[in-house]
Amino acid sequence: MFIDIKDVSKEYLQKNSTFKALDHVSLQIEKGEFLCLLGPSGCGKTTLLNSVAGFEKVNSGSIQIDGKQVLEPSISNVTIFQNYGLLPWRTVQKNVELGLESKKLSKKERHDIASKYIDLVGLSNFSKSHPSQLSGGMQQRVAIARALAVDPEIIFMDEPFGALDALTRLKMQDEISNIWEQQKKTIIFVTHDIEEAVFLADRIVIMTPNPGRIKSIISVPLARKRDRTSHDFLKIRDRVFSEFNMKNPDKTEYYI
Amino acid sequence: MKKLIHILVSFALLLILWQVAVWFGHWNQALLPSPLDVAKGFGELISKGTLFTGVKASMYRFFVGYLLAALTGVTLGLILGWFRNAWSFVNPVAQLIRPISPIAWFPFIVLLFGIGDLPAIIIIFIAAFFPILLTTVNAVEKVDQIYIKVAKNFGIKQPHLLTKIILPSAFPVIASGLHIALGTAWVFLVAGEMVGAQTGLGFMIIDARNNLRADLLLAGILSIGLIGLILDSLIGLAEKQLLKRWGVIGR
Repeated sequence: MFIDIKDVSKEYLQKNSTFKALDHVSLQIEKGEFLCLLGPSGCGKTTLLNSVAGFEKVNSGSIQIDGKQVLEPSISNVTIFQNYGLLPWRTVQKNVELGLESKKLSKKERHDIASKYIDLVGLSNFSKSHPSQLSGGMQQRVAIARALAVDPEIIFMDEPFGALDALTRLKMQDEISNIWEQQKKTIIFVTHDIEEAVFLADRIVIMTPNPGRIKSIISVPLARKRDRTSHDFLKIRDRVFSEFNMKNPDKTEYYI
Repeated sequence: MKKLIHILVSFALLLILWQVAVWFGHWNQALLPSPLDVAKGFGELISKGTLFTGVKASMYRFFVGYLLAALTGVTLGLILGWFRNAWSFVNPVAQLIRPISPIAWFPFIVLLFGIGDLPAIIIIFIAAFFPILLTTVNAVEKVDQIYIKVAKNFGIKQPHLLTKIILPSAFPVIASGLHIALGTAWVFLVAGEMVGAQTGLGFMIIDARNNLRADLLLAGILSIGLIGLILDSLIGLAEKQLLKRWGVIGR
């Protein structure tokens, strides 16, 4: 198993009380899988992501990636944040080169690799721009290029499209889906958007709050280049809705 | 353009008020010179070369003291801002020394370093150092945690974390600290030169007083204000340009 999360619990101390962000969570993730963590706020999905990425320590249980205990963040598992985390004083080119600077590469190699991924996300014309000159969607693409440039095994995405407008978000979903198919990375994607999860994921991990637990795991056996309006898509979406008890049961007793 | 009008009107008003005070105040000319007297005094200072040598000496002291303070203040501030534990021990002492006017140290400085350029340089250093140190520490403290997270994720370790991530992201705040410190230090330059120095703008003023030349005295005071104003606008411009290049403010 590539990522093995075993019986993980995490508590935060709040004023006079403890908040159980994760309560005995276990989950296995295959290499190359696109996994979505879905749930309302407070369900522990971001905590789980941060713990697997090495940013937070858990209170009990163990998290292993490729057989090794996760102790700290690693350059082979890159996280993409909702607010992009781009360095405003660096140009797009230099932002994408950031992760390459701690690898043993010549200046030219760095430049070439960065250019390749800036090209991949379609921002070649903006390589000399600063982040503040780009739209939210473009900034998030820079962050994606920066993550891909260091050739990571896993990409963690923490509600990466949460700050984008609805149409840009759909476009970014298409793009990340294409990139995932091309690059064969393992992606763990946190979202609270049900359609986004159904569109992107191989498996959707549904989490519920108080305490943060995995409620169920739904496989999405749809072929890629998914159609958001197809019957099968809607059927899976309905299943997810009913997992959250948000679909009213059909109470009709007879049809005319 | 509008700003220029404001400036011109404001100075014209000042001159008029001043002239009116001279006409109706009936003070001794040696106590309150008229604007014209002061303009003549300016001419005398310039033609004799006194002003130029004074400005040159003052500028040298000022920039040596200020740049030293900027360098040590920013470097120490970055390090202490990052190692919060060390700062908790340094901070109480810094807070104790900070409110002491640099001039208060003057007797000690003269005893230890004699007279000449050095005392003035040290006064300026002290005046600039504390605001720069404190703003830098504060700026490091306020660095957005997401940059640190990203840096750690990409395997960036010290000292690169300081130079590549923390310094640039704290830079806008540090720049405004440097700007404020420049003004503060300039105020103390004159005070530093009023004791023990044989050249410089501060000395010029003391010299004019000793000769009972109120016109030269006011001319000297006005030069100090003017140069301070120019320095402040220059660093303001530089700050703006740098922030633009930093991509922090829109271009």
